[in-house]
Amino acid sequence: MNFNVEKIRKDFPILTRKVYDKPLVYLDNGATTQKPLCVINCISNVYSYSNSSIHRGLHYLSEQSTESYERARKTVREFINARFDHEIIFTCGTTGSINGLTFSFGEKYVNSGDEIIITAMEHHSNIVPWQILCERKNASLKIIPFNDNGELLMNEYEKLFNPKTRIVAVTHVSNVLGTINPVEQIIEKAHQRNIPVLIDGAQSVQHLEIDVQKLDCDFFVFSGHKMYGPTGIGVLYGKEKWLEEIPPFQGGGEMVHTVTFEKTTYNELPYKFEAGTVNYVGAIALEEAIKYIFRLGKANIAEHEKELQQYVEYRLENTDHIRVYGKAREKISIISFNIDDIHPYDAGMIFDKMGVAVRTGTHCAQPVMQRYNIDGTIRASFALYNTKHEIDILCEAIEKVKSMFS
Amino acid sequence: MKIRIKGIEIFFIKLSTQAEVKEINEIQEEIIEEFGIFDDWMDKYNYLIELSRDLPLIDPEYKVEKYLISECQSKVWLYAEYNDGLINYIADSNAIITKGIIALLIRVLSGREPREIMDADLFFIDKIGLRQNLSPTRSNGLLAFLKQMKLYAVAYNAKYKN
Repeated sequence: MNFNVEKIRKDFPILTRKVYDKPLVYLDNGATTQKPLCVINCISNVYSYSNSSIHRGLHYLSEQSTESYERARKTVREFINARFDHEIIFTCGTTGSINGLTFSFGEKYVNSGDEIIITAMEHHSNIVPWQILCERKNASLKIIPFNDNGELLMNEYEKLFNPKTRIVAVTHVSNVLGTINPVEQIIEKAHQRNIPVLIDGAQSVQHLEIDVQKLDCDFFVFSGHKMYGPTGIGVLYGKEKWLEEIPPFQGGGEMVHTVTFEKTTYNELPYKFEAGTVNYVGAIALEEAIKYIFRLGKANIAEHEKELQQYVEYRLENTDHIRVYGKAREKISIISFNIDDIHPYDAGMIFDKMGVAVRTGTHCAQPVMQRYNIDGTIRASFALYNTKHEIDILCEAIEKVKSMFS
Repeated sequence: MKIRIKGIEIFFIKLSTQAEVKEINEIQEEIIEEFGIFDDWMDKYNYLIELSRDLPLIDPEYKVEKYLISECQSKVWLYAEYNDGLINYIADSNAIITKGIIALLIRVLSGREPREIMDADLFFIDKIGLRQNLSPTRSNGLLAFLKQMKLYAVAYNAKYKN
């Protein structure tokens, strides 16, 4: 495999730093990934030499900025293999995409008594916006449960459909359990009943090949900052027919054709959904992150991360007093666990002082904790620049925690 | 006469307040000294773990939703009793390091008059390097815990000051 992780690590300046005099072991990639120099330089270059608002001015810089922004849209389209550029809407992130969609879709299609299907392993971002919609429209949520291994119960899923079902919204990959959900099957079952499906790709887009046409999902959302891009930029992909049908979720400049005090007509796709001055710098830098991923090769990245996943699973299986949550057959490189009855917060404090950055707590997925009847977990989530050596340090930290708290 | 008695009374209270404020600071200095011998973070944490064991076990009746301060990360329960003009705190946490820090806060503030608690400046937290554990971003409930300790003092002060 042509994947030299030591060389790749040099692309990420932050990986050279120390915390508490120890080398940083960054295993909190599920929260956000670090940025390669090309992305950092891109942001700096845009602000230094070509900053200008897009789609407004006739002047040189504005034209150049607009061109870069639209090229970024094209690159995102290629990245997830959407059919049209105008099916790519730039947002502020996954949360922004879902909130926008719940409003727009809800306005048009959800009424009193209607139902929305989600899973029991959603991030709060794919629960709360739907709950807000349900409250507004007097609709309700139906939940697909999962088994102890963290796999969705597909039989139960099918039972949830009825004539009141309006949309299915599921996470592609669980941010706590690492489960890769059978989204193809989920989409197929919904489409048999003419129900559209939203896929939350926040935890999948940086690990898996995404082909929205092959998946045939109706909406796909993700964030830039979890895939080596900047914060504050994300994507809402929607099939053209849906995006044409649903109303905009924000009003403002650029998203309109004509405005009079009597009536406003909306601009065409994708501008209808991009009100105000968009985060064009974020979009342009996101393109740089995608190009970086393309250069390394998504298959190579996946292979490297698979190795890390297998190694961490092997190491934890051979460590006493470890309880792993999420043992699905199809998983990505996220592992959630607890050490004995030690509170994850206590463990996290010790990990931190050893330079190991993990996330502890409920990971914005409290229903998952309720499912296992636990307060929280320790979550180590891996990215393309992590190494087996770092997993060894994680295991040393686990031993240290055990010696201190047992 | 009356004025004189009142004067004596006021004088007495002031004296006692001053003496005990000093005591809060004395305890804080003691803690700073205790932590001063550790130059390694792990030793500090080991000491907090030890302190957590000294915190008296609390009656399950106080480990209920009503006294729960934060559900985020570690759980923390706090209850305050008022007897003979003094506040006694009863607290617990399901995380050990949090419990160790709670033991320190109780050692400094428990068994005192509401006014003293309200006025206390807890400089020891900074000095022993635990500030980060009390930052709002840590969401471990300790900042809320400290605020709740002070709120109990404010409430008892308002209720019994006459």
